[in-house]
Order: sequence, then structure tokens, then C-alpha cells
Amino acid sequence: MIDRIARIGRSGLEVARSFGRSGLFLAGVLAGFPRTSAGFALLVRQLYAIGVLSLAIIVVSGLFIGMVLALQGYTILSDYGSEDAIGQMIALTLVRELGPVVTALLFAGRAGSALTAEIGLMKATEQLSSMEMMGVDPLRQVVAPRLWGGFLAMPLLAMIFSSVGIWGGKLVGVDWLGVFEGSFWGNMQASVEFLDDVMNGVIKSIVFGFVCTWIAVFQGYDCVPTSAGISSATTKTVVYSSLAVLGLDFVLTAVMFGSF
Amino acid sequence: MASDPYITLEDVVFSRNGRPIFDGVSLSIPKGKITAIMGPSGTGKTTLLRLIGGQLKPDRGRVVVAGESVPELGRSALYRLREKMGMLFQSGALFTDLSVFENVAFPLRIHTRLPEDMIRDVVLMKLEAVGLRGARELMPAQLSGGMTRRVALARSIALDPELIMYDEPFAGQDPIAMGVLVKLIRDLNGAMGLTSVLVSHDVPESLSICHYACIVADGRVIGEGSPEQLRQHPSEQVQQFLHGYPDGPVPFHYPAPAARADWDICEVSS
Repeated sequence: MIDRIARIGRSGLEVARSFGRSGLFLAGVLAGFPRTSAGFALLVRQLYAIGVLSLAIIVVSGLFIGMVLALQGYTILSDYGSEDAIGQMIALTLVRELGPVVTALLFAGRAGSALTAEIGLMKATEQLSSMEMMGVDPLRQVVAPRLWGGFLAMPLLAMIFSSVGIWGGKLVGVDWLGVFEGSFWGNMQASVEFLDDVMNGVIKSIVFGFVCTWIAVFQGYDCVPTSAGISSATTKTVVYSSLAVLGLDFVLTAVMFGSF
Repeated sequence: MASDPYITLEDVVFSRNGRPIFDGVSLSIPKGKITAIMGPSGTGKTTLLRLIGGQLKPDRGRVVVAGESVPELGRSALYRLREKMGMLFQSGALFTDLSVFENVAFPLRIHTRLPEDMIRDVVLMKLEAVGLRGARELMPAQLSGGMTRRVALARSIALDPELIMYDEPFAGQDPIAMGVLVKLIRDLNGAMGLTSVLVSHDVPESLSICHYACIVADGRVIGEGSPEQLRQHPSEQVQQFLHGYPDGPVPFHYPAPAARADWDICEVSS
């Protein structure tokens, strides 16, 4: 019994230590925002690696999710003769919820795991140590451009996801199922508020982008520098990011839309 | 020791995860010479280099490099001091996404404001010094183990450091690559007036180029002096290490329970 309590206590201490380490790590990285032209070039390279190279999965997923939403929405709304509201339904669902959340989950799986593996491998092959010994801070040189790159890329990817999703919904709803195009766009325009819906979605994606990238770079930097350690860190990145995104989504939704 | 010390370790105590690594190590490394730190695997030779480079902090004791107490330095002062140091890692630790040329140019681009044509000249000179000017376009994955270390060596001398530390430079090298590295370490030390610290357990190669050597074992320095003094050292443990005797003060058998207990052997009564 005492052993079990001691084990729980040890695990609690380890979690607290990990939070402390990640907080200190974040402070060090945030201070390393690229200010020089060389730092800006590193940031642009990471925006390409994290953002542009994630475009394919974001666009394809957004398209199919928009199409599925249109099909499901049409089936339900046509029972009530309200299929004209399909544009409004698709836009609100994507902009408020699915855009930021699904983009964040895909981002964690595609870019987050890659960031963790890359930094972890640099640690295992002593590249980070060699940088330190050259008088170059790896937090500034390696981690900061990746964190800021992820932070900036995520809201843009979420916006692209929602836009493509709406277009996919239009393809199915209007071009295939025959919903009147004027109602599709008109209802959407009338019901989607820029500040209440679009900006809240953008705020969500900014928060998710920050948390997912923080988890990814920290797991890579803090991993045990062995193949098993990198594998475990990559798994943790995807699991922790997904849980954090879903949990934070509930909290943010409650704060943004919970005033009943 | 004739020369002034460039590095001084005084009564350094260091433990990791509760396991003691060093228990009061004191050592002076002379300026402008090659010092070999030898010892069996797992005795903390690389840890010693990391203590000198400030990547680890001792639990107790002083580590002084170029007149500065390394554990007491702040982050920026430590990074400034490291600009005077070069380190050759056992794996080479080249940046895998950069070419040979860009690897050597990396510290120059970060720490200097040299124009591009001058960076090119310096990089080619450093690569020429290690015999790899022709390999400038290759990627690290295309290099052999020996070439990787030579490129890493060129990178570590790019900023003309005062101190260079070699972590197991001969490990896993074929005789030719080993001969090349021995020559490079000796020549660079002479030509650049470097202070060189060589961590290795390759006894003949290390003793053939060093001016001063020490052997670390069981968390302390068990023998030090010139190569000749070390060869004459009275300690049995030093002689066992230098000659590679399989049994001696470091026993062949890892401590184990009595054989009788393990094999369930009963005593036969008469």
C-alpha cells in the first residue's frame, strides 16, 4: 500500500518536474524570436517545412470533410425542408469547430511528429551538443524558428482547411444535390459573423498551434537520445497534442459560446 | 609540468542519477600541449570534457578554463568562452542537412561578419588542412567514418580556437584513418599553437602524440605524467590498463554471488 502511494507520488513529482522543465524551455525559446536576417531565413524555412508541406493533407482533408458535411446535412435538413440552410451549417461547423480542431489534429500528426523526430534525432546524434560547443544556442538556432513557424502556420492552415471545406460542401450541396446557389451563399453570409465566428475560430487555431508546436519541440528536446526514446517522444507528441487540443477546444468553446 | 595550465580542475566531484562519476578529481592541462586523458570505458572521460565545456556542472570543486571559472559563468559568458573552444565529437556530429562546405562554414556564418568570398576561402583552407578540399560538395551521408571526423575537425578549427577537445577520435577507425587522425592532431597542435585535450582508450596512438597523459579510473586520477613517466608508473592498475592485461586490479569477473549458490552445488561429506 505504502509502495503504491510512493509510486503515485513519484509519478506526480515527475509530471510536475516535466511541466517545470517545459515552462523554462518555453521561456528560453520565446526569448529567441528571430531578429536578424539569418534568423528570419530560418523562420521562413520552417514555415515552408511545417506549413507548405502540410498543405496537401490539409486541403484533401478539408475537401472531404466539407463534402461529407454537405451530404449529411442535406439528408437531415431535407427532412424538414430546410436544405437551403446547408451553406450556413457547413460554414459555421467548419469555421467554429472542425477547421481549428481537425487542422490541429492533422498538424500534430504530420508536422508535430516530424518536429519531435527531427529535434530528437539531432539530440541523439550530438548535433545539438556540437552547436552548444560552438557557442551557438540550439534553443535560438533550432527550436525557436520551429516554434514560431508552427505558431504562425497553424492559423493559416486552419483558414485554408475551412475555405476548402466550404468549397467541397458547395460542390456536393449545390452542384450535385441541387441546392439553390443563392440560398447556399446568402444564408452563409447572413449567419456567419466575422468577430463571433471567424475570429473565434482563428483564436482557437492560434492557441492550438501554439500548444501543439510547444509540445512537439519540447518532446524532441527533452527525449531520451536513443531510438526507443525518440519513438516514445514522437508518440507522446501526437497523444498529448490531440488530448490538449480536444480539452482546450471544450474550454475555449465554453468561454466563447457558452453565454446561454 | 613546465607550461602554464590552460585548464585546471580542482577536487571535482560529480555524480549522475545518484551514481558517483568523479570523487575529487584534480588535474592541470598545460597550455599549447597535447594532453591525453585515458581510462577504461565508462569511467567518465567524455563527462570530463563536458565539465570543461560547461555542458555539465560539477557537484563540487572548480573547473577553470582560460582563467574563467566555467560553472560560475552565465549563459552568454559561457557561450563567449566556447567560441575559444573546439570539440570533435565521437560521432562527428555533422549537421546532416548541410553539405561538407556548409558544415565548416556554419560557425563562421554565426560568429563572424565575413563576406561570402572570404568565408569560402577560409572554409577551403580548413578543408585543405584535413585533406578534404575536394569533398566540399558532399553530404555527410556520403562520407566514411574517418572522413566525417576530418570534416568535423575542420569545422571545430574554423574559428581558430585556443583549445580543442577530441572525444574518442580513434574509436572504430581503420589503420589508415587512424594514422591520418594521429597526424592531423599532431600537426594542427603544432601549426596552430592549440591546447589539445584528447580523450581516448587507444593507448599506443594517444601516447605516441601526447606531451602529457593521465589515466582516470574509479572516479579519480590513478596516474599522470609524460608518456615515459606513465610507462614506468608503479601502480599495478596503470600497468594493467596500459598493457591490456585481462586480469589484475580490475578483475576479469564482475562481482557475483558464490558459484556454489548459483549452481546449487552441495558439499560432499566424507
